[in-house]
Amino acid sequence: MSQINSPAELEELRKGILSERDPQKPCITLCSGSACNASGSEEVGLNLEEELKKQGLSDEVDIRKTGCHGFCERGPIIINHPDESTYLQIEPKDVEEIISKTIKEKQLIDRLLYINPDSNEKITNESEIPFYKYQERLVFGSNGSIDPKRIDDYLAIGGYSALVKIFSGMTPEDVLDEVKRSKLRGRGGGGFPAGRKWEGSRNAPEKTKYVIVNADEGDPGAYMDRALLEGNPHSVLEGLIIGAYAIGAHEGYVYVRQEYPLAVENINIAIKQAEDQGLIGKNIMGSGFDFKVIVHQGAGAFVCGESTALMTALEGRVGEPRPKYVRSNIKGLWNKPSVLNNVETWANVPLIINNGADWFTQMGTEGSKGTKIFSLVGKITNTGLVEVPMGMTLRDIIYKIGGGIPGGKKFKAVQTGGPSGGCIPEDQLDLEVGFDELARAGSMMGSGGMIIMDEDNCMVDVARYFIEFLCDESCGKCVPCREGTKQMLKILTDITEGKGKKGDIGLLEELSEVLSEASLCALGQTAPNPFLSTLRYFREEYEAHINEKKCSALSCKELISYYIEPDKCNACTICFKKCPSDAIIGGKKKIHVIDQDKCTKCDTCFEVCPSKFDAVSKISGAPVPISIPEDERDFIKNSNQ
Amino acid sequence: MRDILLQIDGTELESKEGMSVLQAANSAGIDIPKLCHYDKLVPYGGCRLCIVDVESKGISKLVVSCVYPVEENLIVRTRSEKIDRIRKTILELLLAHAPNSPELQEMAQEYGADKDRFDKDSSFCIHCGLCVRYCDEVKKLNAVGFIDRGSKKEISFIPEIAAKECRNCMECFPLCPTSYLQAAFVLSESLSSTNLPSKS
Repeated sequence: MSQINSPAELEELRKGILSERDPQKPCITLCSGSACNASGSEEVGLNLEEELKKQGLSDEVDIRKTGCHGFCERGPIIINHPDESTYLQIEPKDVEEIISKTIKEKQLIDRLLYINPDSNEKITNESEIPFYKYQERLVFGSNGSIDPKRIDDYLAIGGYSALVKIFSGMTPEDVLDEVKRSKLRGRGGGGFPAGRKWEGSRNAPEKTKYVIVNADEGDPGAYMDRALLEGNPHSVLEGLIIGAYAIGAHEGYVYVRQEYPLAVENINIAIKQAEDQGLIGKNIMGSGFDFKVIVHQGAGAFVCGESTALMTALEGRVGEPRPKYVRSNIKGLWNKPSVLNNVETWANVPLIINNGADWFTQMGTEGSKGTKIFSLVGKITNTGLVEVPMGMTLRDIIYKIGGGIPGGKKFKAVQTGGPSGGCIPEDQLDLEVGFDELARAGSMMGSGGMIIMDEDNCMVDVARYFIEFLCDESCGKCVPCREGTKQMLKILTDITEGKGKKGDIGLLEELSEVLSEASLCALGQTAPNPFLSTLRYFREEYEAHINEKKCSALSCKELISYYIEPDKCNACTICFKKCPSDAIIGGKKKIHVIDQDKCTKCDTCFEVCPSKFDAVSKISGAPVPISIPEDERDFIKNSNQ
Repeated sequence: MRDILLQIDGTELESKEGMSVLQAANSAGIDIPKLCHYDKLVPYGGCRLCIVDVESKGISKLVVSCVYPVEENLIVRTRSEKIDRIRKTILELLLAHAPNSPELQEMAQEYGADKDRFDKDSSFCIHCGLCVRYCDEVKKLNAVGFIDRGSKKEISFIPEIAAKECRNCMECFPLCPTSYLQAAFVLSESLSSTNLPSKS
């Protein structure tokens, strides 16, 4: 492949690619990110190819396997171009009909369309589905229209035009100035202004400098960086090259966790293609600027997402953080000035260069500009990745886009910011999302995880869960984090098991102070957040657990008992037969009773009791009523039942 | 190297550029408690006991003095109610592992730390890393290292290297703040569990 020697040559190449493409030619795009591959997208793809061949359409219809579209709840998704009709939850068996009906006869298949749950209306176009309608998919939107393994696809949608722009007369200072004025803040957790970070490195006297992509995404439930790197790796690469040019780095690293095999594969392909085209390498586009990129696979420690630990790991040592009193943009990788930004931050850079800082700052709140991708998981109707302008309220994200809480349950809290984030209660749902706004509410932006919790979630147990995660992931280098998380976990576990003592809350608060003030890195400094934020908004749950041994969410096993209400039991024997520990005393025409000594609280009886009877209940904080005497257990069907 | 003027606990003193606050304090005879620091080793910042309050350009914050570089006109306070409270809790967390360490006990007395505050987990090792880092940085032998992560982390001698090198050295033993018996124990255990010859 011939190398591109000037910005004009790249534009020529783009023209050539576009001239060969007929926008009216039918094309089926199929999302093939990790999430949808897990729900059968690979087989759907194979079937599509086979079926087109069988029906003699291979040359007339293109298939494009794209990255993640975000609506993972309803994946795999097919979009038929050019009319853009959208089919959801495709199974391999649907393929034959899609080809013969939709592609050949231009007829829609109703059962594969999205049905608006509020109006029962069928929606044909993806952008009209409420999940997408309220989003602003600037960074993430291209995922749905390109094959991440083909640089031509990226070029066809205007890819690398920001690179063309900077090499057509922008100095590194101009680039830096644009990014600074955009007020872009790091999307990985810290929210540090990217422009200021870059400027520090640019001004550092050392000649050798580095740029690094942090793709060590590790927050439970967060997968936006994965989806970007899998679905649009060139956008990350383009941002990285621009950053390198701005600060004067000639070497870049992509630190990606090895648990992301498709992301590793796609970024490697992207780098190879960019090298072949001369977009990475010596004298890029005739500019005289040299830059190379190396992919490093992380070995799977959460703490390596912390910038200094990541750099230590890149250097080939155990991934433990180091003191940051001299920032890593001055003294980072191999003690050289190093700009480390996360995947999403880098992917924002080409947009800022193309559209300008003024365009970017139009979106968002005072302190947080642009958009942010959130991963919406937990007790939410529409699980998936959503990109919204900063400043959208939590309520809009959860209800308008997320479709609210399933199963008629009541919303309780949204946990944002990953394991060291915090829980935000219902009365703060009108909070506008932004770095400072979330921090003021006792939580944080983090990398954009949003876990929705409903009335069945015990907030003490939620805190315990996240502290357990952090305790497990603590590297162990500093005492407050290693020992503090361990002690906090022990106390929280005791509380959820009914062994909470007076003074536990105070002790947890004291440990929290030591962790946040004295820990070496952000992992330990923010580790108390799950406890502190749940204490702030749900203190009564802590007190009920400790004082009354009561779990109001009826979730903590040690604090609940199961009870069959005799006047509701219909002696149907379902729970009697299903109980795995033979704890139910009953039989035909005998009202069932639970033997509390044998009950393991596995929840089976509660689950299987037919909803029309609803006879099994959970009790917490109160004694279980005494069972009715054996001679009164004969079940007599009466007209009321 | 440039001379840098700073103030520690009200005393004006001169130090050299590139020194840490802890070094500057020690050179002026001001004591700051520490467990993982040793002059011959690269500062580690692990035990966090040497936490102090620094005020620079009107902003004060808590930092760890062994790794915080001196700055012109820096105002350092080595004790405060908050600092003492943090040190006390750190000591209590460590005393759960090594309640009989004389070094810990001495500091516990100074800061009023209760050795029975947290449930005992007598693993003795407090992960200061002195043995591991000494063997690496000074002896360049790496006969002892850390294995696993977080609270499951342990020091462990590498039998192949230890069998050859340790008997003639043992320089790390006196560095251990919780008594070197533990290190010796781990060492002999490693040696006995290997078929390698004890002398090479």
